[in-house]
Amino acid sequence: MSSFAETGPRRPVTESIRVDKVSPGARATGAVRAVVVVLVALIMLIPIFVMLITAFKTRIDVTASPPKVFFQPTLEGIVLLFTNRAIAAPGRQEELRQLAREGKLNIFEQIALDSGQEITGASPYVGRIINSLLIAGISTALSVFLGVLAGYAFSRFSLPGKDDLLFFILSTRMLPAIVVTIPLFLMFRQVGLYDSHLGMILLYTVFNLSFAVWLMKGFFDEIPREYEEAALVDGYSRLETFRKIVLPQSLSGIAATTVFCLIFAWNEYAFALMMTSEKARTAPPSIPSMIGRGGVEWAAIAAGSLGFLIPVIIIVFALRKYLLRGVTFGAIRQ
Amino acid sequence: MATIELKQVEKRFGEAYAVKPLDLTIPDGEFIVLLGPSGCGKTTTLRMISGLETVTAGQILLNDKNVTWLHPSARDIAFVFQFYALYPHLSVRNNIAFPLQAQGEKKDVIDERIKQVVELLRIEHLLGSRPGSLSGGDKQRVALARALVRRPQAFLMDEPLGALDADLRETMRAEIRQLQLRLNATTVYVTHDQIEAMAMGDRIVVMSAAVVQQAGTPTEVYYNPANLFVAKFIGSPGMNLVQGAFADGAVRLPGDNQYLMPDGWKNSIARNENLIVGFRPESAHVNAEGALRGNVYASDMHGSYNMLHVNMQGDHVVHLRAERGTHYPIGANIRFDIDPEMVRFFNPQNEMALRKN
Repeated sequence: MSSFAETGPRRPVTESIRVDKVSPGARATGAVRAVVVVLVALIMLIPIFVMLITAFKTRIDVTASPPKVFFQPTLEGIVLLFTNRAIAAPGRQEELRQLAREGKLNIFEQIALDSGQEITGASPYVGRIINSLLIAGISTALSVFLGVLAGYAFSRFSLPGKDDLLFFILSTRMLPAIVVTIPLFLMFRQVGLYDSHLGMILLYTVFNLSFAVWLMKGFFDEIPREYEEAALVDGYSRLETFRKIVLPQSLSGIAATTVFCLIFAWNEYAFALMMTSEKARTAPPSIPSMIGRGGVEWAAIAAGSLGFLIPVIIIVFALRKYLLRGVTFGAIRQ
Repeated sequence: MATIELKQVEKRFGEAYAVKPLDLTIPDGEFIVLLGPSGCGKTTTLRMISGLETVTAGQILLNDKNVTWLHPSARDIAFVFQFYALYPHLSVRNNIAFPLQAQGEKKDVIDERIKQVVELLRIEHLLGSRPGSLSGGDKQRVALARALVRRPQAFLMDEPLGALDADLRETMRAEIRQLQLRLNATTVYVTHDQIEAMAMGDRIVVMSAAVVQQAGTPTEVYYNPANLFVAKFIGSPGMNLVQGAFADGAVRLPGDNQYLMPDGWKNSIARNENLIVGFRPESAHVNAEGALRGNVYASDMHGSYNMLHVNMQGDHVVHLRAERGTHYPIGANIRFDIDPEMVRFFNPQNEMALRKN
């Protein structure tokens, strides 16, 4: 059998590729690699999948052993997650069944009724999701806004003690959250920020700021100064130049920074657990503590986690175009 | 259009001079080229005129108005960058409109001005495209259009052709010169390419080591370089420079060569004085009866002529231009003459040119 080195590939190569990458051995390696990547990805997705099916299982199916993959899906978990319920007295149950027959009950009320319960209102989890949205959203907006301004200044101007300042900003991120929570807790309690929205927004903003500043500085560093200089001689002030030339070109950087800050603020657990109790508690610490009267409500926990993932997925998908870098590059040859 | 005047303008970075005190007057409508190797201060000078760089000392006057500390946007000067600096997120039309919008022009005025300038540069078909999709030459045309559309007091260009291919560079050179003459635009043009400088400039300012070495017309700097730096820097290859000593009406040159001093020089050169003889390759003529001897070290074909590298002795290699079609084998002994009108002398101590008395 003649070797590949003598005969070359069987078909003409019509793509840009290194010589040794087209040998049969290399092609096979490539295929194996692709299979491995797909397998690893699938393994990684198993917990998500388990979470997804658990969210729609009944209390009995959740604890079945071996676990059920095929089952009758139910919205029980979601009802448990979002509502407060009370046992309905037998007379009241009759009344409700009558309403159900007339089609006056919505699907959630029917599910509650199936286990003899009546929905009495929204669960505290609803308020905690709203807290999460408020705190993560506002703190992200703040840290990105401040990060853009500070990153630009660090990138373009010679500031006294610039390197020390940058290092200081970075150093705020060096201690793990668990180390600083106790002193922070004491300080927060002293100044009345404990369990307040303002306190959590400030905390997340400061924690994200170092990241935002460094990231935005990197993005601004990559935008050549010529654009700004051109705009300056074209008759614009520094601020106008920033708004009309620099900002549009740093959109991908701003998008990336926003996503990272948002994911941090949205997922944060340790601070939220320590610094909040009722009023400003966010979703992450409340999901695992969802223990019902009859034991751990796994379906509710899974439903909560699933719902918690959705905003992050939406944001990342919406901004994925900007997350792929290099959109604005190419007009300057370097 | 405007006159630009630099009075004792200097720039220091810490203790190091980027530009030593410099005086320069650029009259209305002149095309002046700042020429020099990289790091000589030419770009810094240009940026100081534009206001993108502050001066350490001195004054810059535009039409007799002191603009030294004026914001770049208030100087009414256009700047063309080497890498074009077209705003990548704006279309070509909006790029060109950008400086007009800064002045708050009305939309129909902007449209009219854009129309004129794109016709002038023949880039109407590019208006809708994004800068990223243009070729180098077209990018530079758009950059020129953006500079022209404002009708500024003066144009500053920082190696605008440096990023283009050789072929295109020549075309654009002529285009820019055409435009400049048609608009009678005061232009300061920075380049390190002496051919470009010679081809385009009304006047060339040769800079090196933060100092102006010579300012003059292309003919002046080419034929009468003020010092050894200019002699070497201008021309490709530069002027031949040979160490010699003057005695008894002749200059002793390496390889037992004697060069008879032409008339008019003798009074300005003292006896036994060491000096440097300079002549351009085209001022020497290979000639069987020539006074100077050497042997051929290498011979390059240049199409319309041959360039001979002739070794006079040791490392003293000079370049001579020989007729197309002649052939001198490597190692052959040849004789040559130097046109007495075209020979120049330099003082080896201070490196300055000696003048006919």
